[in-house]
Amino acid sequence: MIRILLVVFLRDVMLARRIGGGGVLGLVFFLSLVTVVPFAIGPDLRLLSRIGPAILWIAALLASLLGLDRLFQADHEDGSLDQMLLSPTPLELIVLVKCMAHWFVTGLPLVLLSPLFGLMLDLDGSALWAVAATLLVGTPAFTFLGAIGAALTVTLRRGGLLLSILVVPLAVPVLIFGVSAAQSGTVPFLTPFLVLCALGLASVALAPIAAAAALRGAAE
Amino acid sequence: MDITQRCHLLIEDLSVARGERVVFGGVYLQLGSGELAEVTGPNGVGKSTLLRAIAGFLPFGSGRMSLVESEAMDSAPLAERLHYVGHLDGLKSALTARENLEIGLGILGRGRLTPLEALDRLELAHVLDLPVGYLSAGQRRRVALARLLIADRPLWLLDEPLTALDRHARALLKTIVAGHLGSGGLMLAATHEPLGLQGTIQVRLGAR
Repeated sequence: MIRILLVVFLRDVMLARRIGGGGVLGLVFFLSLVTVVPFAIGPDLRLLSRIGPAILWIAALLASLLGLDRLFQADHEDGSLDQMLLSPTPLELIVLVKCMAHWFVTGLPLVLLSPLFGLMLDLDGSALWAVAATLLVGTPAFTFLGAIGAALTVTLRRGGLLLSILVVPLAVPVLIFGVSAAQSGTVPFLTPFLVLCALGLASVALAPIAAAAALRGAAE
Repeated sequence: MDITQRCHLLIEDLSVARGERVVFGGVYLQLGSGELAEVTGPNGVGKSTLLRAIAGFLPFGSGRMSLVESEAMDSAPLAERLHYVGHLDGLKSALTARENLEIGLGILGRGRLTPLEALDRLELAHVLDLPVGYLSAGQRRRVALARLLIADRPLWLLDEPLTALDRHARALLKTIVAGHLGSGGLMLAATHEPLGLQGTIQVRLGAR
């Protein structure tokens, strides 16, 4: 079973690399949001460094939503999903692995580059690490929660809009605790960070079940 | 060919409904090892729906179905003991034929032939390392059919398997099907053109 899951993971990473789009698109979107905000706010470095973590988090949320609509849709359109339904491995685990591969391609680069983008928003050293650490825990939650929306909208041609409407409310708690942990000063780092970890783990555990149920319905 | 023990597919009073509308009802079918059934009927009568229902993608409205393997008493779910090749070929255009088949093997499990051997049986070994997106419709179809040989499963469900295949490829498919049946496999095909094998059971849908 581990072998099957490894095959699915490598397949999705390989497809993302061959077809392109997904990962780089999110990264460019992230970068453009972060570069545009200082222009909109004006030359106030104090304000910028205060709202910097929030901007990075919002950018990460929107960038995560960007490629999600294709997470299952491509496999639904070409019949690969039917083959996965015939696999001896439960669909829930396949969904889990697909989400992990998706995060590996789209979420992880955001996390790795977030300290660099934080510099552009005048964050200091500790804030840079706080943002990177919270994003490392928070972006998987976005991917997994988004997978529920992606599975529900898998049969819709232009599902991206509906997906955002479905997923953003679910992502709000993650955003709240992520930003409050990243914005050190008002509250201690650890408490909201642990809640964020809990939210991340819960979404990893529960979202594949919901998404797999939605995909089974879509196969009809 | 080794795995396939004596199998027996039994379908009793199967009906499938989409929403309120009953697509078809009262399908009885008994298929033993080495037997091929061809589902025929006019367009839109529910041939593909029947195959998808047997594959487990659709819930039944009513009826029962079982695939009994007399020797292997392991009660693996039906979905893990069948192949389904439908209108959508389940191939990734960006990946090569070899990669597609390796993934197919990885997902379906229980390997039999290697991708090269399977493609060779369909006389397509020369496209092994070409991206499937470069292939013609008939070649894609043959790569999808090669998946049948990659993973060992007793029941084959083929939806219009002859589409886009030239006369030679049809003959190849016929040989492969005959081999599968000869080793004790079962096959159910929805088709407008008969494969022309001896002893084919005819299932006519929509004979009103």
